Amino acid sequence: MTQLISLLTSAVVFGTVILYGAVGEIITEKSGNLNLGVPGIMFLGGIAGLAAAFFYELHAAEPVGAIGLALSFLAAIAASALGGLIYAFLTITLRANQNVTGLTLTIFGAGLANLFGGSLNALAGGVGQISVAVTSRAYRAYIPALAGMGRVGQLLFSFGFMAYLAIAIALLASWFLNRSRVGLNLRAVGEDPATADAAGISVTRYKYLATCAGAAVSGLGGLYYVMDYIKGTWSTDGTIEALGWLAVALVIFATWRPARAIWSAYLFGVLYWAYNYIAGLSRATIELFKMLPYVVTILVLVAVSMRRSKEAQPPKSLGLSYFREER
Amino acid sequence: MAEEFAVRMVNITKTFGHVVANDKVYLELRRGEILSLLGENGSGKTTLMNMLSGIYFPDEGQIYINGREVTIASPHDAYALGIGMVHQHFKLVDVLTAAENIALGLPGGVVVDRKGIAEKVRQICDRYGFSVDPDKKIYDMSVSEKQTLEIVKTLYRGAEILILDEPTAVLTPQETKKLFDVMRNMRADGKSIIIITHKLAEVLEISDRVTVLRKGEYIGDMDTAKADARALTDMMVGRTVTLNIQRDEPVNVQRRLEIRNLTVKDSDGVTRLDDINLDVYAGEILGVAGISGCGQKELLEAIAGLQTAVSGSSVKYRPTGPDGPAEELLGLGPRAVSDRGIRLAFVPEDRLGMGLVANMDLVDNMMLKEYRSGKSPIVERRHPSEMAREIVRELEVVTPGIDTPVRKLSGGNVQKILVGREIAMNPTVLMSAYAVRGLDINTSYTIYRLLGEQKKAGVAVIYVGEDLDVLLQLCDRIAVLCGGRLNGVLDGRTATKEEVGYLMTTLQADRKEASA
Repeated sequence: MTQLISLLTSAVVFGTVILYGAVGEIITEKSGNLNLGVPGIMFLGGIAGLAAAFFYELHAAEPVGAIGLALSFLAAIAASALGGLIYAFLTITLRANQNVTGLTLTIFGAGLANLFGGSLNALAGGVGQISVAVTSRAYRAYIPALAGMGRVGQLLFSFGFMAYLAIAIALLASWFLNRSRVGLNLRAVGEDPATADAAGISVTRYKYLATCAGAAVSGLGGLYYVMDYIKGTWSTDGTIEALGWLAVALVIFATWRPARAIWSAYLFGVLYWAYNYIAGLSRATIELFKMLPYVVTILVLVAVSMRRSKEAQPPKSLGLSYFREER
Repeated sequence: MAEEFAVRMVNITKTFGHVVANDKVYLELRRGEILSLLGENGSGKTTLMNMLSGIYFPDEGQIYINGREVTIASPHDAYALGIGMVHQHFKLVDVLTAAENIALGLPGGVVVDRKGIAEKVRQICDRYGFSVDPDKKIYDMSVSEKQTLEIVKTLYRGAEILILDEPTAVLTPQETKKLFDVMRNMRADGKSIIIITHKLAEVLEISDRVTVLRKGEYIGDMDTAKADARALTDMMVGRTVTLNIQRDEPVNVQRRLEIRNLTVKDSDGVTRLDDINLDVYAGEILGVAGISGCGQKELLEAIAGLQTAVSGSSVKYRPTGPDGPAEELLGLGPRAVSDRGIRLAFVPEDRLGMGLVANMDLVDNMMLKEYRSGKSPIVERRHPSEMAREIVRELEVVTPGIDTPVRKLSGGNVQKILVGREIAMNPTVLMSAYAVRGLDINTSYTIYRLLGEQKKAGVAVIYVGEDLDVLLQLCDRIAVLCGGRLNGVLDGRTATKEEVGYLMTTLQADRKEASA
């Protein structure tokens, strides 16, 4: 039982990272932009948040966790939205190929983040490992009274605030896309920009805003990873990139529905960590188990394609750029 | 006094690259009338209306709405002026409901007010005699339901001026009748309506006045009460122009293709070709005339094995005449056709999409047709290079070299390469769709000459064309398609332009007509 609780809590932490990435990407894709730069944007969000917290803690005489938190949170959102803006400018205004642009953004984000991550490590001196302990502690703070309520408490209340924020954002995105007027217009832009245009919707503006807002949400995944998952340090092992691709896979697994992405993300977490809790696995089998999230994504893709359901499909003009006077 | 004209478009010009889609066009729409905008395909009707609805922006000219000069820079502006257009390709989002589609782009509260929309939709429906289910998803709707929704959508947005782009093209006769009733109701309510069409019967039935365009130019307008089908056809197709295309008497004519009960449906289940019965003869050029989209593409593609026909359809190929052995072409597919030694050449309408690969050079494009010849795993480029050089020389293709990507060549030279390659395979059947579209006069004549030579060589040539003068002076027989049906086969030497134009626009009651 303890093992199960332990598996579930690590699944939630893992799932939260990719939930941010996926919900952001869903918002982006609903505008018809397939942004494969999610891993890069998560890198940007992570490093920006870390750098902000680091310099704050370096210069403040007595760093306050809440301030470090606020600064790093804002820095992460700004940096990842900027990443989205680069993508938006290239694909919407210059009509560059979306796949190529996205992949390039991933390489760019990873390179930039590791460059600065390495520099920060050097700046930190000492053991050559940066640590923003105060800010990270603020991110990981939870209410002890609630978390102490036995197993249920541990399972529901032992996480930092960003785990709950992720759920809130996913539910909000779900409501936004399905109920709100702006969300409806956004879906129309992603499905059929010519129709949206004829209805008087500014396709360019919607695409820009959705791409930047989506990137900002995705970037929070990187921030959460840095501040909570690896506790305010930096590592150049490329885990963020692997998680970023899982977030893209999660978009497909959740069939472009933010609400469904919540439990799917945790399921991915369970599948990913399952090997830790199965006794007697060899090194090779462990790697096979880590493949599981990708395998189920492929299976879902196959199932969705075969069912030919009209609802569970990607936005119809996903990946295409729009130019009004084309004929 | 209120302004008499709801819309006046004066001196409107619009060009796309080198193509002049509208050349100093005039249009006047009075209040509370139904105006037909009549013209063949490519005459610029839709382009003109797209400028009124804000999709395109005119290069020159003025637009007056209710007597006031306006600038319409976007669909949004058009709505603000009370102009609503129902496009031929519906502007509806498939995965949304009717009500959601109506709400698109409209101002309002944060949350979509589905109940309010449904209520207002019901009012509009009651007023004009529509029926729309606000909660139905678009992908569950029939074509006619979608069109109704489009009209309701424009009315919902307060349109006083409605533009309907070929609304009857997708409707059954009963649905058309219902649409016309609704249109009359709207007129009675004071709305001004423009209906784009090329069907004369509809012009005469529904409209008060008619404006005619031809090849992007304004020809004239008249009261429908004073018009008849003949006069309108004249205005639409224009006077006969003599072209001096050499046309030899066909010799040694024999039946090569027997098309029987050919019916083709598209992926939406709409019938594109309806029970075609037609013979194609070796040693003659068979012209195919029709308003664009009346089944020409489907006819050629069905013969080439690129379209699936409804069962019961049949296209028999007789290499040695009517008494020789016959081979069923349908269901074979392009590769199986060529495996059986049937040399079917096809010059498709979409040259760089279906005919040639734009980014590959001349030699590589030659090789597309013979990629399976030769046993070596390394491609053999000598023979295709010679072929490319020969085509360049014979057809006077202007190109820097045979290793130039074809996308860098002009349209005429691209077409020469395509036709040259297809002819080089010594075809027994040569099909061409709009072979001279966009070409200059000299290149067009080269193409006519090549087709004539093929005919003399005993090839069965099918020429799908849009210029009636060319069809009448190049082809031996002309099959006229109308709405996917074979509306008659005329003798190319005796038929008149008006006859062809009339058959293109007016469906004959007796459509079971066999080949002439």
